[in-house]
Amino acid sequence: MTAVSSSPAPATADNGRRRRRRTVLVGWSFVLPNFLGFAALTLVPVVGAFVVAFTDWDSYSTPNWVGTANFRRMWHDDNFWTAVRNTCWYAAGHIPLTLAASLGLAVLLNQKLRGVGILRTAFFFPYVTSLVAVAVVWNMLLSPDMGPVNQVLRHLGWSHPPGWTTSTDWSLPALILTSVWRDMGYYMVLFLAGLQTIPAELYEAARMDGAGAWTRFRHVTLPGLRPTTYFVMIMLTISSFKVFDLVQVMTEGGPGRSSLVLSQLIFREGITQGRFGYSSAISLALFVIVLAITLVQFRFQRRSER
Amino acid sequence: MNTTVLRKTRPAAGAASAPPAALPGRRAGHTVGRALMYVFLAVLAVLILLPFGWMASSSVKADRDVFTVPIQWIPKSYHWQNFTDIWTQIPLATYLENSVLLSVVITFLQVLTGSFAAYGFAKMRFPGRDALFMGYIATIAVPWQAYMVPQYIIMQKLGLVNTRWSLILIQAFGAFGVFLMRQFYLTIPDEISEAARLDGLSEYGIWARIMLPLSKPALASLALLTFVNTWNDYMGPFIYLTDNNLWTVQIGLRSFIGQYDAQYAMIMAGSVISVVPILVIFLLGQRYFVRGIATTGMKG
Repeated sequence: MTAVSSSPAPATADNGRRRRRRTVLVGWSFVLPNFLGFAALTLVPVVGAFVVAFTDWDSYSTPNWVGTANFRRMWHDDNFWTAVRNTCWYAAGHIPLTLAASLGLAVLLNQKLRGVGILRTAFFFPYVTSLVAVAVVWNMLLSPDMGPVNQVLRHLGWSHPPGWTTSTDWSLPALILTSVWRDMGYYMVLFLAGLQTIPAELYEAARMDGAGAWTRFRHVTLPGLRPTTYFVMIMLTISSFKVFDLVQVMTEGGPGRSSLVLSQLIFREGITQGRFGYSSAISLALFVIVLAITLVQFRFQRRSER
Repeated sequence: MNTTVLRKTRPAAGAASAPPAALPGRRAGHTVGRALMYVFLAVLAVLILLPFGWMASSSVKADRDVFTVPIQWIPKSYHWQNFTDIWTQIPLATYLENSVLLSVVITFLQVLTGSFAAYGFAKMRFPGRDALFMGYIATIAVPWQAYMVPQYIIMQKLGLVNTRWSLILIQAFGAFGVFLMRQFYLTIPDEISEAARLDGLSEYGIWARIMLPLSKPALASLALLTFVNTWNDYMGPFIYLTDNNLWTVQIGLRSFIGQYDAQYAMIMAGSVISVVPILVIFLLGQRYFVRGIATTGMKG
C-alpha cells in the first residue's frame, strides 16, 4: 500500500527504520497544522465541557468541584424545562415537515424534464441566503396586522389569523415555518444524490409488474432511500436541537419565554451571565438528549434493515 | 458512497446513470401530464421564491408602502435612495469590509490546512493516523452549542475575545474541510501517487503538483461552502465581536433592525445588499455547492 512496502528494492533493516521514521514525520507534518487548531479549539472544549459542568466556575472566581450541584439546580430550574419543552416542540415540527418537503421536492425534481436544473437552484437558494435576511423578511411577512401572509389568510376566510412572532402560542410555529422553508433545499440535495443510487432497472421491473406511481414510490423509492433518510433524520435531529441563530434573530426567545430554546439558555447563562459551570451542565444535557435520540434512531434503522 | 456524485473522477460508477423518470412521452395524455407537471413545479418555485420577491420590491418602496392592503407587489413609486441612504445611516462599508476579510482569510486557511491534512489521512500510512482521525469523527455529533462556553473561556484566557482572531481560529480549523477533501482524495486511485513516488517526487510534491490540480472541483466546493458559511454566520460574530468596528454585515444588519424598526424599506434594502454577494457567488458556482453538500452529506 505505501511506498515502503511496495518498493521493489530489498531495503536493509536500518535503512527501512529510518525511512519509516521519515514517513511518520512527513505524515504528521501533513496532519498537524489542521489538527492542532482543531484539537485546541474543538477537542479540548468538548472534553472541558464535561469537566466544567461539575464545578461552580464563573467569570470572576476560581473553580471549585461541586459534584452534581449544577445538575440538581438544573432539575429545579423553570427556565431549563421551558427551554427543553420548546426545543422538543420545535424539533417535533421541524424534523417531519422538513423531511417530507425535501423528499417531495427531490422526487419531483428527479424527473427528466427540461429546465429542472433551474428549479433545483430555485429551491436550494433559500438555504444559502443569510439567516438575518431570512429572519427579517419572514418577520415582516408574518406581521400580524398588515403582513402579506395574514392578508392572504384573511382572504381565505380566517377572520382572526395567528399573531405569529408576537403571540406566545404561535411564535414556535412561525419559527418552524421559516426553518422548513429555509432548510428543505439542503436536504433535497441529499435526497437527489440518494435517488441516483437506485438502479433504474428496479423501476422498469416494477412497471412491468403493473405498479402505479404510488406503489413504485412506496416499494422502490422509499426502501432505496433508506440510508439517505436515516442520515437526513440524524442531521435534522442534531440541527433542530441546537437551533440558535434563527430564534435569536427572529424572536429572541420571546414573546416572554415562549420560544426560548436550549442553546439560547446556554448562551445566556454561560456567556452573558458568565456562569460557566451551570451553563456547561445545560450543554451536557443538550448533548445527552441529542445522543439519546440519535441512538434510538440507530436502533430503529437496524431493526428495519433486518 | 459518494462515487455517484463525483462521477467525473470515476466514470465506472455504473448505478448513477439515467434517473428513474417518467415514461418516454409519446402518447398525447403524457404530453398533457407533462405540461401540468411543469405548471405545478413553476408555481411551486414562484411560491418558494416569493419572500425574495417581496424583499426586493419592498426595498425600493417608501416606508409607508411596505405594509399596505392589498399587497403592492410592484411599488407605486420607486425610492432608490434607500440604497444610497443606508450607507450613511450605518457604517455598512465597514461591515462589508469585515465580512469580506473574515470570509477570505477563513476560507483560505480552511482550504489550505484542510486539503493538506486530508492528504495525510487519505494517502499516507503512519502510526497514529487513525487515532487522530477518530478525534475528528468523535466530535461530529457534538453540537457546537454544547462546547461553545469552554471555547469562549479559552478565547477569554488568550485575550482574543472581541478580536477577529477568535473567529479565524475557531472557524479555519474545523473538521469540515478535512472530511470533504479526504472523501475526494479517496476516490483518486493510489496508483497515481505510487507512480509519482517511484519517480522520486516527495509527498509534499505529490500533494502540490498532483493532488491539488486533480482536486480542483472539490477545492472549489470547499471554498464556496466555507465562504458562504462564514459570510452568513451570525452566532460566531454575535458572541465574539462586541466592537462596532469589527462587526460583520449580519450583525450590523441585525442591530440596525433593533434601532430603526420602523424603517421597513431601508431594512429590506440592507437585506438585499447582504444577500446579493451570496447570490452572485452561488449562481457562478452552484454545481460545486451541490456536489460539496452531496459529498460530505453522504459520509454517514
